[in-house]
Amino acid sequence: MTISDILEETYFSLTVNKVRTSLTMLGIVIGIGSVIAMVSIGQGAQSSIETRIQSIGSNLLIITPGAQKGTGVQVSAGRGSAQTLTTGDSDAISQLSGVEAVSPEVSGRYQVLSRGTNTNTSVMGTTSAYPQVRDIQIDEGNFISDADVSGSGRVAVIGPTVLQDLFGSADASSTPEQAIGQVIRIKSTEFTIIGVTKAKGGSGFGNQDDMIYVPLSTAQHFLLGSTSYITELDIQVQTQQQMTDVQNNITNLLLGRHNISDPTQADFSVLNQADIVATASAVTGTFTTLLGAIAGISLLVGGIGIMNMMLTTVTERTREIGLRKAIGAKRKDISIQFLTESAMLTFLGGVIGVVFGWIVAALVTQFAGITTSISLSSVVLAFGVSAAIGIVFGYYPARRAASLNPIEALRYE
Amino acid sequence: MIECSNITKTYENGGIETTVLKGISFDIKEGEFVAIMGPSGSGKSTLMHILGALDSPTSGTYIIGGDDVSKLSDDELADIRKDKIGFVFQSFNLLSRATVLRNVTMPLMYAGIPKEKREKQAEHALIAAGLPKDRWNHLSNQLSGGQMQRVAIARALVNNPTIILADEPTGNLDTKTGEVVLGTFQELNQKNRHTIILITHELYVAEHADRIIHIVDGEIKTDSRNHQKRVVHKHPTDITT
Repeated sequence: MTISDILEETYFSLTVNKVRTSLTMLGIVIGIGSVIAMVSIGQGAQSSIETRIQSIGSNLLIITPGAQKGTGVQVSAGRGSAQTLTTGDSDAISQLSGVEAVSPEVSGRYQVLSRGTNTNTSVMGTTSAYPQVRDIQIDEGNFISDADVSGSGRVAVIGPTVLQDLFGSADASSTPEQAIGQVIRIKSTEFTIIGVTKAKGGSGFGNQDDMIYVPLSTAQHFLLGSTSYITELDIQVQTQQQMTDVQNNITNLLLGRHNISDPTQADFSVLNQADIVATASAVTGTFTTLLGAIAGISLLVGGIGIMNMMLTTVTERTREIGLRKAIGAKRKDISIQFLTESAMLTFLGGVIGVVFGWIVAALVTQFAGITTSISLSSVVLAFGVSAAIGIVFGYYPARRAASLNPIEALRYE
Repeated sequence: MIECSNITKTYENGGIETTVLKGISFDIKEGEFVAIMGPSGSGKSTLMHILGALDSPTSGTYIIGGDDVSKLSDDELADIRKDKIGFVFQSFNLLSRATVLRNVTMPLMYAGIPKEKREKQAEHALIAAGLPKDRWNHLSNQLSGGQMQRVAIARALVNNPTIILADEPTGNLDTKTGEVVLGTFQELNQKNRHTIILITHELYVAEHADRIIHIVDGEIKTDSRNHQKRVVHKHPTDITT
């Protein structure tokens, strides 16, 4: 028997009972389709979370102050409110090799007033390096300059949400141009607006749109009343490969500056963006595996459906098998024929299933707004699994067919 | 051509041994038309299975076309069936939803004949079996009983086997159609020099052959020339029955 003979026989047998063939195939279609769709939803979630984490800046290290751990009764102040990081630390870090930019920050929430409107929002004191480090774009005007920082200028850059809250009205939104030059009052200090940032969307790490930026020195002096401590240090590293080295160098530098000999007693913590991405990826990876496994169960059920149909077929076609053996078919010929039939069922089911899963994923994106991503690997995996199912679940019926005794098979009623 | 010597067949069922064939010996020469006749339970079906290489004898030797078939494996027996034996069954055993041509070319597929040659060979066989050409592309379940048996005969002929083994070929047909089918066998035997073995329980059917081997209780009772051969004179080419 040539391959084309086998395929022709397979086509013939599968088209004899079209309804049964398509129902059996439907099991595989749903199985493969749900694997493709579920995994695409999981992988879509993974890539969208990664993109969001990347959007807070690239090659980012975030240093936050923390209470120094001592012996005895321990009162832990919330991170960010502890006063252990200073502008001196920031200057020292900026001298390290591999550091591209350092952005020291102080922040707090204040009531902000402007000509009769007011809002409660985050006010952040920072330097000119901030837009580069945290990937902030200016829509109109300018960001805080080095001169503003050194001269403690009373200028402010506002986010689009603040712009809307202070200058917008219910029926008309305010344009950024209108806001430039306006004066706002924060904690009884007047600030002139010099710029508006572009909308960025919530990133899950603080909404950078609902934010007012002022020069670091101004914030330290007028808002906090203290002069040197900072609440967060954002560091941009030159290349991704240097992240770990720079992180270690910073840790050692700060431990030295703070006179701490035991690293476990550190009064600050360094957060590596890569670690956040890795953690988030691990979580979404587990999520994807879970979804895939649930869908995999329906694939298994589809496979059992194939075995069921093939066993029925073998019984129904007992006389045909007997005849084929009588006219010279060997065991191998018979088993190959039945194996090809089940493999063909799963192969076709797999092809349709991939298309079906792709449509489901597209519909989910369209109507539920969930990002989906179909990777080549999930398609290859689905195909591999369905081919394997065809062979595994087709093997037993094929073997049963091949081992039929021709005399008894011919007599079978 | 065919040499059977001292063939026995014993089945064991639940510890009880049943001897179905008790030492059968005969020769069949090329071009003979032999009927093996016997009542049910005589062992003629078991003998047919052995002659058709579907089964192996418990003891004794069976040689067909120079090959000893007595001690072959399943797959080797399949090769013998493929090359040397053409079967015609009582219940036709056609693939009902396949066309006539597809049914007839099926043995050629297992014999490894290239596709282009199969149809030609099948057409020759269908002509020899006397099935009108306008039926060749019909599905086999659209044919009458007589036509179905002609398709089965064509399928048995198609690979040019050493012997054609017909197991009660008229059992599912009415007398008139049966007669026509028997006439086809006679013509294949006389015109095309095919060796034919006809297995039947009816004397009337057996009398269409040249030689009758009568089996009773697993032994040959008589083996003689048939002097009252019933010859089917008319061979209608336009079969409508």
